Amino acid sequence: MTQNKNNTIAYDPWHHLNQLTPARIGLGRTGMSLPTRANLDFQLAHALARDSVNIPLDFKKLQNKLDNLAYITLHLQSQADSQSTYLQRPDLGRLLNDYSLNELTAKENLNVDVVIVVADGLSSKAIENHAVPFLHLLVPTLKELDYQLAPICLVKHGRVAIGDAIASHYKAKLCITLIGERPGLSSPDSMGIYFTYQAQANISTDADRNCISNIHANGLSYKQSLTKLLFLIKGAEQHKLSGVNLKDETPNTSLENQYSNNFLLP
Amino acid sequence: MYKTTTQHLNYHFKTLANLMAKATPARSGDYLAGVAASNNLERVAAQYVLADVPLKQFLIEPLVPYETDEVTRLIIDDHDITAFAAISPTTVGDFRDWLLSEDATTEKLSALAPGLTPEMVAAVSKIMRIQDLILVSKKCRVITKFRNTLGLENRIATRLQPNHPTDNAAGVAASIIDGLLYGCGDAVIGINPATDNLEATASLLHLLNDVIERYKIPTQACILAHVTTTLKAIEQKIPVDLVFQSIAGTQKANESFGINLKLLDEAHEAALSLNRGTVGNNCMYFETGQGSALSANAHHGLDQQTCEARAYAVARKFKPLLVNTVVGFIGPEYLYDGKQIIRAGLEDHFCGKLLGLPMGCDICYTNHAEADQDDMDMLLSTFAMAGGNFIMGVPGADDVMLNYQSTSFHDALYLRQLLGLRPAPEFEQWLIEHQIFNKHNQLRSINTIPDIFKASVEQISA
Repeated sequence: MTQNKNNTIAYDPWHHLNQLTPARIGLGRTGMSLPTRANLDFQLAHALARDSVNIPLDFKKLQNKLDNLAYITLHLQSQADSQSTYLQRPDLGRLLNDYSLNELTAKENLNVDVVIVVADGLSSKAIENHAVPFLHLLVPTLKELDYQLAPICLVKHGRVAIGDAIASHYKAKLCITLIGERPGLSSPDSMGIYFTYQAQANISTDADRNCISNIHANGLSYKQSLTKLLFLIKGAEQHKLSGVNLKDETPNTSLENQYSNNFLLP
Repeated sequence: MYKTTTQHLNYHFKTLANLMAKATPARSGDYLAGVAASNNLERVAAQYVLADVPLKQFLIEPLVPYETDEVTRLIIDDHDITAFAAISPTTVGDFRDWLLSEDATTEKLSALAPGLTPEMVAAVSKIMRIQDLILVSKKCRVITKFRNTLGLENRIATRLQPNHPTDNAAGVAASIIDGLLYGCGDAVIGINPATDNLEATASLLHLLNDVIERYKIPTQACILAHVTTTLKAIEQKIPVDLVFQSIAGTQKANESFGINLKLLDEAHEAALSLNRGTVGNNCMYFETGQGSALSANAHHGLDQQTCEARAYAVARKFKPLLVNTVVGFIGPEYLYDGKQIIRAGLEDHFCGKLLGLPMGCDICYTNHAEADQDDMDMLLSTFAMAGGNFIMGVPGADDVMLNYQSTSFHDALYLRQLLGLRPAPEFEQWLIEHQIFNKHNQLRSINTIPDIFKASVEQISA
């Protein structure tokens, strides 16, 4: 922490407690207000989160990256035709537009077990940073397990449930949707994975899905996420369901520090 | 019945519910529900018609059927006809005029509260500007008590919200210290648990109970778990001060939250039986927010603000210590931008206060809403001017567990400095006694940790 020249800032003598939590504690004050540095740090985090929502995902670039890895992709779009509509009309974000439906119908759909959907959701940064490396772990693993994959469907302005229509079309057993999560100040690029067994358009609900969330540099790693997903897939195949009745029993490894007890008590 | 002609156009609103929705100020959630006015003229036409509707029409024409909705039954069955008698012949428009007049004093408004229904107050709010909402709310006073006294004139309380992404005890304690040393936490020290199960809830309940007891803090604790989880905690003799629950304005929306009136009643009775309050026994903490009914597909064609006001009928039944409208949490599909969030927060406060509820506001936004800190400052300032009972205190305004932005400890100090608003008297005494605040409602300017927390903080090496 740098001293300001006029000595107007009162530093909090307990600010070292910030090692115990990611929360913004011990920020100090000037008068009763937030010091300049802390104020700008907040604005920076907010700017990153806002840009993550509002800067569109570069689908061409994503497609090129996946092409280079020899993955077959299909570019689709929901019925939300603008970002503002997408934000205000979640219902439209769950439906494919006519062009996309025609695209899908034009494709053969024989013997597909798994549909992978990649949707921009609420964070383009999440998909830009995490989709390709995660897919590069996931796709080979699924192939080793002898699953037949549909082309990876890249969906602009998509909500989670848009995977249902795509899975229905392919009559796929497993639907795996990678989507940008609502960005937080400390996690502007968090990706989520939603898994649905036997997803059906207009029938599946959120209660039929399992969610693996918080995939980003300070959250869940790609490997941990894959372990959780494979656990869910195995369970779903066994019990023929997904959602609230399928529990993720893999351990949650979180970063804990040397102090974990409540130091306010003896 | 609900007809008007304006600018050579005829408007015919089929039902009172339809009229209410068309008269409501523009809101993304009402467009999403397909109930909003299709243009500005239709909205104003509806407002003219609504202004001429007698208040008693709301008793005759329930907006959600009495037979199928227990919230409607609660509203109708508990309506105090004697209190209502004073304004019984009044129309919505005349009611607005009366509320703004000198005749509507604090005493008269308090006496009237049981005679008002959520639909009546929602209706009048739709034809009021922001300054009207502020002025009338400011005249209402709702005082509640548990271990301190909340809602007194010229005071504002804060909920200390020390959330942590994994409920880590040391992390939670660090945020509690930060909040207390900034003078926050008189409304409640309330944690949203990262996982809603009995084990996590129990350990956090013990943590807060032990801290409050050890440091003799005149405040109350709450873990914001589902009411069924808290009930189990009570059964297992785990210390519970306040029972928390999210509530909504229709039976179906409440069912989607896994609750009904009977369950809330059971929880209320259980908390009362513990008798843990020292100066009073208001022991419920409710949270609400416009849009929750639609998001559960349970809005019955009503606009979201009317649904929200109906939730206050549920709250009122259980004499809560705190009712918190979490105004910007739900996202832009319900409240699109700062303008909509600001008005919604002030409407909720106004409606709740007129109905006799201790209203606070989680002045907040998500990162996909068109809002920023400037918008929050506008709502924060106007909410305090309107006499709001409490706001949130989140470290640096950034909730690292729920991923949204609320108000900070600094924000509370801003209000104390700007408007001279003090904490609850018992809590203020504690702050002064432990040299956190001076007698002038200010943080003391010292570079040492107050004795009460010194040893604890020094256990953690810098």
